[in-house]
Amino acid sequence: MKILIKNGRVVDPASGRDEVADLAIAAGRIVAIGPVSADFHANRVIDAAGCVVAPGLVDLAARLREPGHEHEGMLESELNAAAAGGVTSLVCPPDTDPALDEPGLVDMLKFRARKLSLCRLFPLGALTRGLAGEVLTEMAELTESGCVGFGQAEVPIQDTLVLQRALQYAATFGYTVWLRPQDGWLGKGVAASGAVATRLGLSGVPVIAETIALQTILELVRATGARVHLCRLSSAAGVALLRAAKAEGLPVTADVSINSLHLTDVDIGFFNPAMRLTPPLRQGGDRDALRAALADGTIDALVSDHNPVDEDAKTLPFGEAEPGATGLELLLSLALKWGADAGLALPATLARVTSEPVRVLGDALGSLASSAGRLVTGGVADVCVFDPAQTWLVTPKALASQGKHTPFAFEATGTALPGRVRATLVAGTVAYEAAAATPG
Amino acid sequence: MLHKRNPQLNAHGELIHLLSIEGLPRDVVTHILDTAGTFLSVNDREVKKVPLLRGKSVFNLFFENSTRTRTTFEIAAKRLSADVINLDIAKSSASKGESLLDTIANLSAMHADMFVVRHSESGAPYLIAQHCAPHVHVVNAGDGRHAHPTQGLLDMYTIRHFKKDFTQLSVAIVGDIVHSRVARSDIHALTTLGVPDIRAVGPKTLVPGDLKGMGVRVCHDMAEGIRGADVVIMLRLQNERMSGAMLPSAGEFFKNYGLTDDKLALAKPDAIVMHPGPINRGVEIDSAVADGAHSVILPQVTFGIAVRMAVMSIIAGNEA
Repeated sequence: MKILIKNGRVVDPASGRDEVADLAIAAGRIVAIGPVSADFHANRVIDAAGCVVAPGLVDLAARLREPGHEHEGMLESELNAAAAGGVTSLVCPPDTDPALDEPGLVDMLKFRARKLSLCRLFPLGALTRGLAGEVLTEMAELTESGCVGFGQAEVPIQDTLVLQRALQYAATFGYTVWLRPQDGWLGKGVAASGAVATRLGLSGVPVIAETIALQTILELVRATGARVHLCRLSSAAGVALLRAAKAEGLPVTADVSINSLHLTDVDIGFFNPAMRLTPPLRQGGDRDALRAALADGTIDALVSDHNPVDEDAKTLPFGEAEPGATGLELLLSLALKWGADAGLALPATLARVTSEPVRVLGDALGSLASSAGRLVTGGVADVCVFDPAQTWLVTPKALASQGKHTPFAFEATGTALPGRVRATLVAGTVAYEAAAATPG
Repeated sequence: MLHKRNPQLNAHGELIHLLSIEGLPRDVVTHILDTAGTFLSVNDREVKKVPLLRGKSVFNLFFENSTRTRTTFEIAAKRLSADVINLDIAKSSASKGESLLDTIANLSAMHADMFVVRHSESGAPYLIAQHCAPHVHVVNAGDGRHAHPTQGLLDMYTIRHFKKDFTQLSVAIVGDIVHSRVARSDIHALTTLGVPDIRAVGPKTLVPGDLKGMGVRVCHDMAEGIRGADVVIMLRLQNERMSGAMLPSAGEFFKNYGLTDDKLALAKPDAIVMHPGPINRGVEIDSAVADGAHSVILPQVTFGIAVRMAVMSIIAGNEA
């Protein structure tokens, strides 16, 4: 299969390339960018005039709810959502049911995703068996099965000795440990501590739930030399600790979710369960610090934190509602919105959802590390073609994901989002193509 | 983000549900208190009934136990001639198997006109109000730590009865503020009615500093908190707070924050002492104070019925 993407604005954040050019794809790889030789006979031509031709997005945090929660998301629907959102690679956390703590589970998940060929799937293995925080998993075996790192998802390890050993062990083999910094005891509330939670009578998660956990993790990184990726920071104080840790040269990276980047606890309004999220939405100062940190590179990547939740689990009182929101189909638009607000050039904006997350993944990607998240001749043809000028109204029912809950539904925000995906290619195959463009 | 209209008001700013005192205009609060005044005399009649809710069905829907509050709502509804159905669903909706909204849908099918809801989760009455038919009214009878608006209103009625003017008052609220829906409703009502000095008094575990954002002065010292107060509102200390990490013991709490005649002497000579009940004698309040000349705890209960009659009759008369 040979595909020619013609006349698009080719943006490759890693190299800084930003020019109108053609992109030729053959046998799953990019064979030419720019002048395409006359003897390249494409089976398929995609006219990308007026569109941006970018690397496929790389999302470091998306839950697919399989195995174990098939009623809330199925691999196929969620990978379709990824493709519809221009996401060509995603990292899923290990808190499936059962948790991803055995190679067989990872093999099966990878196999099923590969058969669908909608999006590349990179699972994180459980750091401890059953995420129970007691016994280490067989990390070498899990890595052979395709795990790109190890984490605890939303289940912090309370026993510091176990956490220290987990980091020591992972450091031995150079595995990256992915941790969301949250103290298990202080983090039991349902909304961020602050004026809104106090007023609404919601139990709070204080900022120190994040910073105490961060301090512990950073001390253990100093002691063990383990490489740690900090998932979904939520606070200005957390950003300050991360900035200092990076200045010190500690081997840490971090991401932030689209929710924390755009929303605050004030958006909870009258107990809107769509705003029940983990980490909880914090205050304006926290959001501003997160936005600035993503812009200056302190925070490496922007993630969708995609977590499909079904209707029954959301139409409950705020504290009982299941945390989470759909996000795969919103990642690009919310990145563009943030980038425009921050006054960033398009390549810099796109870097946070393409080349930077690939840098976070590093060697764990194997041979893909040199070309995923980039557009390079000879590299894999994971491509996202989108119309930056088209706006759209988020209508939950029209989303491909089985998770229909999003804080960004037009009905709630009254705001249109910028950027609409026209086509997504994974390994040179069209995984998604928009129906005839209809202005939003 | 776009914010929807306060869900308890209709497009004309009239009260259709009572979910929280927060966000209610002062004239709406005053109107409820004035209306309650007219119902007080009904309670003194030989036939204690008016026909305002005749033919209407009021469902008392208590997902959390409360004999006292449920009873006062039942009396209020019956004095308005409504048919009252009591449902004690002590377990939370989730553990019961049927979802909260399924319960509401079923009861709506029985032609309920009003739900009086108590629930252990903050915000549950909002969910119900958002999902029930437009002609159905919801009264929040206490949700989690969030609000207990009829208690707040009856407290305001009591204060107005004894003190007349709100704008010169010092009010001390003492005890477990952080977990108290009564305290939140009182604070919103007091600020709405123009009380210039509201103090929240208790140890840092129960009165954290961020309560300041609600417009109160935070005092951790009882003497400082109560000195010169016109009104002292004592809160009930829940059993589960009496020992553990919040407080070491009920005895130590009483020693520091329990209201005794000695401590009350620091307040104004004509101070009134209030309590939402049921009282824990010897924990938050000494018997001598609870039964003493400053106590208005029993008038609060009497006024509570009139206030609940006022709330139910007003919201039943307004359309969504």
